[in-house]
Amino acid sequence: MAERTITLEVFRYRPGTDKEPVFQNYTVPFRDDWVVLDALNYLKDQVDGSISYRWSCRMGVCGSCGMMVNGTPKLTCAAFLKDYYPGPVRVEPLANFPVERDLIVNITDFAHKLKEVKPFIIRREEKPVSEGEYLQSPAELATFKQFSMCINCLLCYAACPIYGLESSFVGPAAIALAQRYNLDSRDQGQEERHDVIFRHEGIWECTFVGECSEVCPKDVDPAGAIQQAKVGGALDLVKSMLMPRGAR
Amino acid sequence: MSEAYRRPVSDTWWLKNPNYRFFMYRELTAVFVLAFLLVFLYFLRQLASGPEAYNAFLRRLSSPWSFIFHTAALVAACFHSSTWFNLTPKAVVVRKGEEKIPDAFLITPNYVGWLTISVIIFLIATWS
Repeated sequence: MAERTITLEVFRYRPGTDKEPVFQNYTVPFRDDWVVLDALNYLKDQVDGSISYRWSCRMGVCGSCGMMVNGTPKLTCAAFLKDYYPGPVRVEPLANFPVERDLIVNITDFAHKLKEVKPFIIRREEKPVSEGEYLQSPAELATFKQFSMCINCLLCYAACPIYGLESSFVGPAAIALAQRYNLDSRDQGQEERHDVIFRHEGIWECTFVGECSEVCPKDVDPAGAIQQAKVGGALDLVKSMLMPRGAR
Repeated sequence: MSEAYRRPVSDTWWLKNPNYRFFMYRELTAVFVLAFLLVFLYFLRQLASGPEAYNAFLRRLSSPWSFIFHTAALVAACFHSSTWFNLTPKAVVVRKGEEKIPDAFLITPNYVGWLTISVIIFLIATWS
């Protein structure tokens, strides 16, 4: 029996050579246990070494192999070819980001936003090591654990039409991570994150399309994180109007 | 300076994905809600202008076009409200210990409140 194959339509953009991106078709062997990333690795090793893309762990942890597969943001290490058979499978770089080369996008904008939300525990005053660790109950952990699963793969930014139209939007993952630390019982940095989250380009830019949560490979639910931050922000505003300063 | 290529976003981006379409329909239903409120404000103005203006307004309300508009506005408002009611568990998380309480506990009170208020308004409106 002839070997089964599947066609990959790969987005190619070579700066300096191509003015516009083009799609290049490749035929790869079809195997039940292959994911799109396996097919790309096959192409790079056997057919065309010039194809550029990012990848590392092959097990949905590093978050570097995110691409658009047939128009949907996917981790290519988790997108099985059999789900797209008989094909063709269109592979493009993550939407909403500038393309550096082929399937590689420039994520400087996100890196900058991530830094802005200070995704680490902030203490007003660190207690000395001799006093032991900061304790946390399982119930306190549960309030933010889901948001801590983010692997910065940026599928949520590629799925977010708001980010596509207004790149100043802080965006799903960065806000979910801000919420992750704001909800952490050990953290005292809410005020330092306040301006980034509550400015116009923060949570209020989100119109709750919800697609970010649909595509998230780690079930982080960034759309939920943003709406919860909106509710929290609105309640804080009401409290600040009703209560004298210091009573909050 | 990098020669990174920026892909344009087409005006029809929202047609490409069923969830985007659902989002746009949800937002578009707000137009009907707005239109209904404008008609309602006009109704209040006519009411304040005296019995003649009020009766003329009532006659216009009984036209087929008015009936079609109000039916469409009601359907749109019901759809708009239910989509937001169903999203309540996303915005409000209530935990019992480590576990989130089931979504239905957050969604159902919205519908119960909606129904209760609608019945009260209906009773007041038909009181005579």
